[in-house]
Amino acid sequence: MTPSTTKRVWRDNFAELKKPLFREDARVESFRCLYCYDAPCVKACPTRIDIPRFIRQIATDDPLGAGETILEANALGHSCARVCPVEALCEGACVYRDKPVPIGRLQRWATDAVHATGELPFEPGADNGRRVAVVGAGPAGVACAVYLRRLGYAVTLFEKRELPGGLNTFGVAEYKMDSRTSLDELELLFQLGCSLVKGCEIGKDLRADAVLADFDAVFLGIGLARARRLDIPGENLTGVMNALTFIEKVKGRDAKLCGSSKATVVIGGGNTAIDACTHSKRTGARDVTLAYRRGPADMSAYDFEIALAKADGVSLLTNAAPVRVLGKSRVEGVEFAPTKVVAGEVVADAGRRFTLPCDRVIKAIGQETERSIPIQFGVAIDANGAVKVDAKTLRTSKTKVFAGGDAVNGGKEVVNAAADGKRAAWGIHRMLHPGAKPGPRNEYWVSTIEGRAVAPIVNPMGSWS
Amino acid sequence: MKKKARPDLSAACAGIKSPNPFWLASSPPSNSAAQVMRAFEYGWGGVVWKTLGQDPPVVNVTSRYGACDFGGRKVAGFNNIELISDRPLAVNLKEILAVKKRFPDRAVVASLMVPCERKAWHDIVKKVLDAGCDGIELNFGCPHGMTERGMGAAVGQVPQYVKMVTEFVKEKSSVPVLVKLTPNVADIRPPARAAKAGGADGVSLINTINSLMGVDVETLTPKFAVAGKAAHGGYCGPAVKPIALHMVAAIANDPQTRSLPISGIGGISNWSDAVEFMLLGASNVQLCTAVMHHGFRIIEDLNAGLEGWMRRKGFMTLGRFVGRSAPDIVEWKDLDLRHKTVASIDKNKCIGCDVCYAACNDAAHQCIAIDRKGGNRKPHVIESDCVGCNLCSLVCPVDNCIAMKEVPGKEH
Repeated sequence: MTPSTTKRVWRDNFAELKKPLFREDARVESFRCLYCYDAPCVKACPTRIDIPRFIRQIATDDPLGAGETILEANALGHSCARVCPVEALCEGACVYRDKPVPIGRLQRWATDAVHATGELPFEPGADNGRRVAVVGAGPAGVACAVYLRRLGYAVTLFEKRELPGGLNTFGVAEYKMDSRTSLDELELLFQLGCSLVKGCEIGKDLRADAVLADFDAVFLGIGLARARRLDIPGENLTGVMNALTFIEKVKGRDAKLCGSSKATVVIGGGNTAIDACTHSKRTGARDVTLAYRRGPADMSAYDFEIALAKADGVSLLTNAAPVRVLGKSRVEGVEFAPTKVVAGEVVADAGRRFTLPCDRVIKAIGQETERSIPIQFGVAIDANGAVKVDAKTLRTSKTKVFAGGDAVNGGKEVVNAAADGKRAAWGIHRMLHPGAKPGPRNEYWVSTIEGRAVAPIVNPMGSWS
Repeated sequence: MKKKARPDLSAACAGIKSPNPFWLASSPPSNSAAQVMRAFEYGWGGVVWKTLGQDPPVVNVTSRYGACDFGGRKVAGFNNIELISDRPLAVNLKEILAVKKRFPDRAVVASLMVPCERKAWHDIVKKVLDAGCDGIELNFGCPHGMTERGMGAAVGQVPQYVKMVTEFVKEKSSVPVLVKLTPNVADIRPPARAAKAGGADGVSLINTINSLMGVDVETLTPKFAVAGKAAHGGYCGPAVKPIALHMVAAIANDPQTRSLPISGIGGISNWSDAVEFMLLGASNVQLCTAVMHHGFRIIEDLNAGLEGWMRRKGFMTLGRFVGRSAPDIVEWKDLDLRHKTVASIDKNKCIGCDVCYAACNDAAHQCIAIDRKGGNRKPHVIESDCVGCNLCSLVCPVDNCIAMKEVPGKEH
């Protein structure tokens, strides 16, 4: 990996891994799609995008129609095309096992076409006089806001940061999607007329009960705002940081802010840990070690992500539990205990210790819900802090409060959050307008919430033979 | 290892000999000596020169060609509104002479088109004979442009003109005469019979089909237009092959033309296309669109593919298989109503796309079902309902996954 010393190197190191398709590739690849019946790729997509349909629309030279098919089912289809782990979702389900149709890149081809027009393919619904507050302008909240606007609700998003988008803007690996792309997507979606209140934190700038009093319904798309702690000595030394904080700095593309490192230890075994490793390498860290307390097979990171880290020259250290961060005021190393996994539990070897010298420690051991927010809204959470919801409507224990995304599922993909936002929008509508039918303008996206039913063979005329 | 004898690829169509059965059809690739000599260097067996007419030469338009793509592939069908050779007759004759001198073993056939007057035909026949051509092809097929001047398909569509002009040519020709037929007729047999009655030594078919390549949906003007206007043109390329095969078989099986040699033309892209034409009765074949797409080099795999197939099949000469399949083309009434097949899906090969299910359920006979237990996607055939229509096996993307298996049929 080239040390990131110049702007050009910086640009090269974070160039998009998956480039847009050329027009000719889009043609050839779209024609490879078999147009499967009741296609497995659609079932693998949490938002149930009708993939064969949009690919056929690309093949038949209707990219804007394809974009509309995508954005109907997934308001965040533009970013999902870039950030979805397609290998594990749609493309992983493609009947072409060896060389699946590049669904993600075709999706990008279509949504890029929509973005090139600068216009959304749909309009807000007729004002129905009701108001909904969306707390958190991340993927779940934005998706919910989009579909609520289509149903005619006045929507106000409350975002504690100065920019919307949540992890899409601040936390996605830079070589998958840059912040600008996320913000462009939001700009287009907000054409629907959502009001966004930035720099507004619940409990600090605004009281939950005021929100509850002012709005007909509330959607909590608050994500996992709190980083888990290692709870080991030395955790507060300078040079110890959270993965998402680090990635956000890299995404700011300011080399000074990112700091430099000769040796970085990343603690964790998930996809964020991988991102922390690659972003360390790509910003010039010479040695990067990913340290995970279980075995390689237990890592929750996708195989293709692990392969990416390995290709960047990241060393993998498994079965190593950090017991102490060493150093006086700055980090000088991490002391580990070798571990074994016994009956699913990590057991550290009590006697043995070893040390990995380093000047930076990045923690990627997971995020948690900021519990104070659901508590302020008076909704029930489970032992892990996840907001409890009804699976079908995403309604919380409190009648007019709904929730979705990472705060509910404990941390999944952008596409799961987008699916939740859509489901909750319909849940809110059904609560405020019991028995309501979607109507022609909303029929299609509503049908994608549960997925469209496949018709069995029925001959209403009976058999003629 | 015992050395196997090599099959003999040499062909003779209506007495016109060539070292292999692949000729360049009368077309842009056979427009000049420079092109034809290059084609012969690559190994083409013969050429039918771009059609010669009277001086002054015609003036062609731009643009001239159009194509339609299918399934992401270019040039599934091709169309042209180019007229006959737009070079002076003397230049073409001189070049024919030079080509024949340099490649005496290849077939050089002159394609001709002049007004339907005895003297005009006698004059041009004499000239091309002097140029040393091995045969003459009468262009009664071009559907565009020249027809408005009473030539090309305007002749081919009227059997008595076909007979009359063939007679004019036969009065003077000392070399075999092929009559190139237009497919733009209700029945290909009458013009073929007329050609035979006029003394033709063989027929070549098909020429191109009347066609319009489309309208640009953005500009609302015709595609491939000449200054915004389009005229109907001649359609050819892979898309027309089945039409051509039908017509070749019709002539091969017509009791009145059964022995008439045929030079097969129409959408031939590869060796197996050529074999199909020959199995239905063509003594040799002519190609154009495939060359326009990929160049002369395709002769290499045409020859290699044909030779390999002949060796596998044990055919040492073309004569062993020309026309072999023609008797199996019959009238509908002669088909066996007792014959019955049902589809059979190989579960090991099936990839679960269920394209067959949608096709059968929506468009055929509703006899494929999917047992969705346990997330299964692999369909099965309800044999009692299957009529053996083939649709599922045609749309299946996996080779040999859906087979049509024979089952006992019943009397009707």
